[in-house]
Amino acid sequence: MDASYISPFISSIQNVFSTMLQLPVEIGEPALKQGREPSHDVSGIIGMSGDVVGSVVLSFTEEAAGSIVALFSGEQYATDSPDFADAVGELVNMVSGNAKAGFEGKNVSISCPSVVVGKGHQVARQTDIPCVVIPCNTDCGQVTIEVAIREAPAAAQAA
Amino acid sequence: MRIMLIDDSKTMRNIQKSVLKQLGYTEIEEACDGQDALSKVGAFQPSLCLVDWNMPNMDGLTFVKQFRQQDKTTPLIMVTTEAEKSRVIEAIKAGVNNYVVKPFTPDVLSQRINETMAKCGTGG
Repeated sequence: MDASYISPFISSIQNVFSTMLQLPVEIGEPALKQGREPSHDVSGIIGMSGDVVGSVVLSFTEEAAGSIVALFSGEQYATDSPDFADAVGELVNMVSGNAKAGFEGKNVSISCPSVVVGKGHQVARQTDIPCVVIPCNTDCGQVTIEVAIREAPAAAQAA
Repeated sequence: MRIMLIDDSKTMRNIQKSVLKQLGYTEIEEACDGQDALSKVGAFQPSLCLVDWNMPNMDGLTFVKQFRQQDKTTPLIMVTTEAEKSRVIEAIKAGVNNYVVKPFTPDVLSQRINETMAKCGTGG
């Protein structure tokens, strides 16, 4: 994967969390995701299309998701509440939307978010796109960004 | 002053609603996408709309284009994660009066609402 696709996500999660939650984010070492090991307990998923295609997953431990959603919405929600999923979806929407502005000269659209809640869940992706996991530590707990995107074949040919 | 919030995220509508209430706006209608908004504008007659871009059923840009066919003057502010310059230009060409990029602080949203209402001659 083009390394220039990773740094916008790092800036973006720091920007979104500091602006909307006043929550600093400490970034760990990005690594390639091997196989299909599960994400954390709660995942917000966004698809990207256009000049860059693939998916972005913002995955939280249940503890982190509960605290972060409470900071974001001002309410404590059960993890099976639609309002909880709505808040997680909006966070991944902001992180992805903000990051794609960092893909210079690319015309990229993002999908509406989906949210999965459940311990040990896996997010299936296109197998031919490598997935980079960016670990993020916050005072609310652990969050990861899983970025599996690449330049669209048509865009690569036109370049 | 009647304000319509158009965003598929209830969390985001609640955040915007609390900013609006702090600014003294209490007549607020909510819509969860462009289609829902178009079905409500006739009865609600908003003085200002805050519009998200990415929404299911009808996105914000399509809403703006359709709304502008029937109403050229009511101020519209796009509130969206779409931060690229090309998107901002596209939205302004479609008829948006101002633009707020998510994430935003309450101060930024307040400032954009106030300057939009002042520019459009509907603010105090």
